[in-house]
Amino acid sequence: MSVQTIRNVFSVETGYRLSDDQIVNHFPNHYELTRKDLMVKNIKRYRKELEKEGSPLAEKDESGKYLYLDFVPITYMLPADYNLFVEEFRKSPSSTWIMKPCGKAQGKGIFLINKLSQIKKWSRDSKTSSFMTQSTKEAYVISLYINNPLLIGGRKFDLRLYVLVSTYRPLRCYMYKLGFCRFCTVKYTPSTSELDNMFVHLTNVAIQKHGEDYNHIHGGKWAVNNLRLYLESTRGREVTGKLFDEIHWVIVQSLKAVAPVMNNDKHCFECYGYDIIIDDKLKPWLIEVNASPSLTSSTANDRILKYNLINDTLNIAVPNGEIPDCKWNKSPPKEVLGNYEILYDEELAQGDGADRELRSRPGQSLGPRGGRSRDSGRTVLTTWK
Amino acid sequence: MLQEESDLALIIAQIVQKLKGSNLYAQLERQAWASLQRPEIKLESLKEDIKEFFKISGWEKKLQNAVYSELSVFPLPSHPAAPPEHLKEPLVYMRKAQGSWEKRILKSLNSMCTELSIPLARKRPVGEQKELLNKWNEMGTDEPDLSLFRPVYAPKDFLEVLINLRNPNYENGDSHSFRTHLGLIQVPLKVKDIPELKEFFVELGLTAGQLGVDDSTQVPPELFENEHVRIGQKVLSEQDSAAAQQYIRQGSPTALRAELWALILNISSQPEDILYYEQLKTNVIQHDLLVDSLIYKDVKLTASNDDYYFVFEDYLYQVLLCFSRDTSVLGHFAYSSASPPKSYIRGKLGLEEYAVFYPPNGVIPFHGFSMYVAPLCFLYHEPSKLYQIFREMYVRFFFRLHSISSHPSGIVSLCLLFETLLQTYLPQLFYHLREIGAQPLRISFKWMVRAFSGYLATDQLLLLWDRILGYNSLEILAVLAAAVFAFRAVNLMEVTSLAAAEAVLADLSTLKVMPLLQIFLFATVT
Repeated sequence: MSVQTIRNVFSVETGYRLSDDQIVNHFPNHYELTRKDLMVKNIKRYRKELEKEGSPLAEKDESGKYLYLDFVPITYMLPADYNLFVEEFRKSPSSTWIMKPCGKAQGKGIFLINKLSQIKKWSRDSKTSSFMTQSTKEAYVISLYINNPLLIGGRKFDLRLYVLVSTYRPLRCYMYKLGFCRFCTVKYTPSTSELDNMFVHLTNVAIQKHGEDYNHIHGGKWAVNNLRLYLESTRGREVTGKLFDEIHWVIVQSLKAVAPVMNNDKHCFECYGYDIIIDDKLKPWLIEVNASPSLTSSTANDRILKYNLINDTLNIAVPNGEIPDCKWNKSPPKEVLGNYEILYDEELAQGDGADRELRSRPGQSLGPRGGRSRDSGRTVLTTWK
Repeated sequence: MLQEESDLALIIAQIVQKLKGSNLYAQLERQAWASLQRPEIKLESLKEDIKEFFKISGWEKKLQNAVYSELSVFPLPSHPAAPPEHLKEPLVYMRKAQGSWEKRILKSLNSMCTELSIPLARKRPVGEQKELLNKWNEMGTDEPDLSLFRPVYAPKDFLEVLINLRNPNYENGDSHSFRTHLGLIQVPLKVKDIPELKEFFVELGLTAGQLGVDDSTQVPPELFENEHVRIGQKVLSEQDSAAAQQYIRQGSPTALRAELWALILNISSQPEDILYYEQLKTNVIQHDLLVDSLIYKDVKLTASNDDYYFVFEDYLYQVLLCFSRDTSVLGHFAYSSASPPKSYIRGKLGLEEYAVFYPPNGVIPFHGFSMYVAPLCFLYHEPSKLYQIFREMYVRFFFRLHSISSHPSGIVSLCLLFETLLQTYLPQLFYHLREIGAQPLRISFKWMVRAFSGYLATDQLLLLWDRILGYNSLEILAVLAAAVFAFRAVNLMEVTSLAAAEAVLADLSTLKVMPLLQIFLFATVT
């Protein structure tokens, strides 16, 4: 079902009730995670809550930055937080910021700015803002642009990872092993003269495929396993393992952040497309989460990947190919996982040694394997709760 | 006894001669002079004290590594009165074949040159030089018009030459018996059979731990992997080439591979090396060679379209363009059966004083050449180091894959080894494939010429190349090729055409190299 249809299905007006043998591929209020502004809002709220509780996860360093929960670049909603943004902007006036429309995808409407004058339109007091409706469609988020991305072959790339969530409470999520990196076709330069060149900065295939050097055979897509091999060979095993642990941590924390507000309808499952950028200090940043990741394919390999993705997703959501019954316990046997591996299973994690202390460092007890799963079927990716 | 001693003395003399011209010699001399300041060096026992000093400070190790490195390409012992051509290649008919093949390539190159009226070499105008310097890091986006260029030759052309190779002194009669070699290569060279291979590759046996087998997720790391990594780190800290070569036979941990290969190939990035690379880069900027366009075309046709290597496209230009101008590569022709092509300054054809080697490094690239460099980009991201490693890999191993020689690691021997293994241990399969017109070598040749680059997944390829370095031999390529056929034998028995056979063997990217090799060598009932 598409997002539009989901909206209709779950809308109060239609009064449509899903019967027990109907399973749908979106959660009713998935936008809490997949809209750029709501995602940031939820994560900010989650962090504040943990801070209030005094949880060690919310620990901050001397400069007030979260030690373990700082995975989203500084973001403000426009026009609502315009003044807050200006304050932040003035602190480092030479920084670059990226403007993204909240409700759009495929890189549409995104642009970079490095001067306040470029976003005058969104200023709350501005006279021209009268024609800007406050409706959610026109809202933008502005984030600090990560102008030091990790470059390989001189090009910027981001990671597309697929995460399947079968239930939010208890949280059960799976990560697809075959994620990929999307490369830009043009060499990266932070130079201000190229701020308008979307081929340098935006990795969306929808944009890059119009570039001169776009290659239809590989489509600029590089398997995550290649990234892992490259980083291990050139940077060493420990830092690579740490990077991948952090990526898993980021994904799980983002899901935990929206879990309380998510309508955990038992008829629902969802496969998200996570976009993550790694900076040159090997720190991962969560850019956004997509509810309807593109399932069309741009290359032959891509087609095979997406086909298997859909196959494995359906096997987990509706096991055994039988008529689904939404009352089942949503614990698929490990044989059907296919290319998925368990990212986090709250039920197992909680039952698994309640006397274990809350681990405050991400990825501490993952052993040398990091992201690979073992046959034992334990939730080895996360032993922290 | 006496003969051996004098052989040894000769080898030692030759190596000393070679090393005397090297940078290491100058460094050792400087170190020796400097050491005179040290208190422990006494005049009475000067020689011993300096030797002791070298041992402690690690210089002896460096010297050892250098000697070891020379030995690895040293030609096999021969008659002291043998002329230099014999050192290159002892068999006359092979030399002749290589000579005529080279003539053909050069003719093809020259005719392309006159057809397109492009000079073999020209000096770049200053404006163009500046532009190239600016674009040095992104030559992939340059896209000159390459449509008129064709690669000088492709592996299958070379295969045709090898198929027609015959030893004029060998006549095996017309009668066909079970001894008749059914394959395409019809020259009598000695190749190893499985018992000999088992002995040669003893470290790959079933009782020894292997990376590529024993580091999979099912096996707990305590069993082999952890200890192996620990030993690897120790080898690196000792900086011993020979030990590293022995160690890597069981595979290299990913994190240590870059350093281990550098140690085995005796590459250390000295300032002189970086300077040398910069010098080559300047040569590229100043002069344009026809060969450059061939390189561009090759990269665009192969690596740019490869799912694993497209990211590193620009590095490939940076390495290959410099490589073709590197005259130090000419040194390897002393032990290679090939000779660098000569070109004459316009109008002075035939006059030796006006002959130059073209391209300067004497190597004309063929279709797929850039795939030799591509996997190395996963290990080294610093261009001058990447360059050094590639150059050393080429002059030690890769050159044998596209020149006609009788060397056990030469491509002719590899083809023969492959066919013999297949015919001896999978005779039914071989016969069937031959009957349907799908000679196995026609399919596996391209794998071996490229050392499987571009056919295997990169992590598997690197495990394979670990073993090439470890055993200082390319024979493992032939064994792997045979193992692949053995693995897919069931499907291959059912095909009825060459195209179908190609299809069965088209995708090797899911293969795990080490288990295949182990099964073929050690676990197949013969």
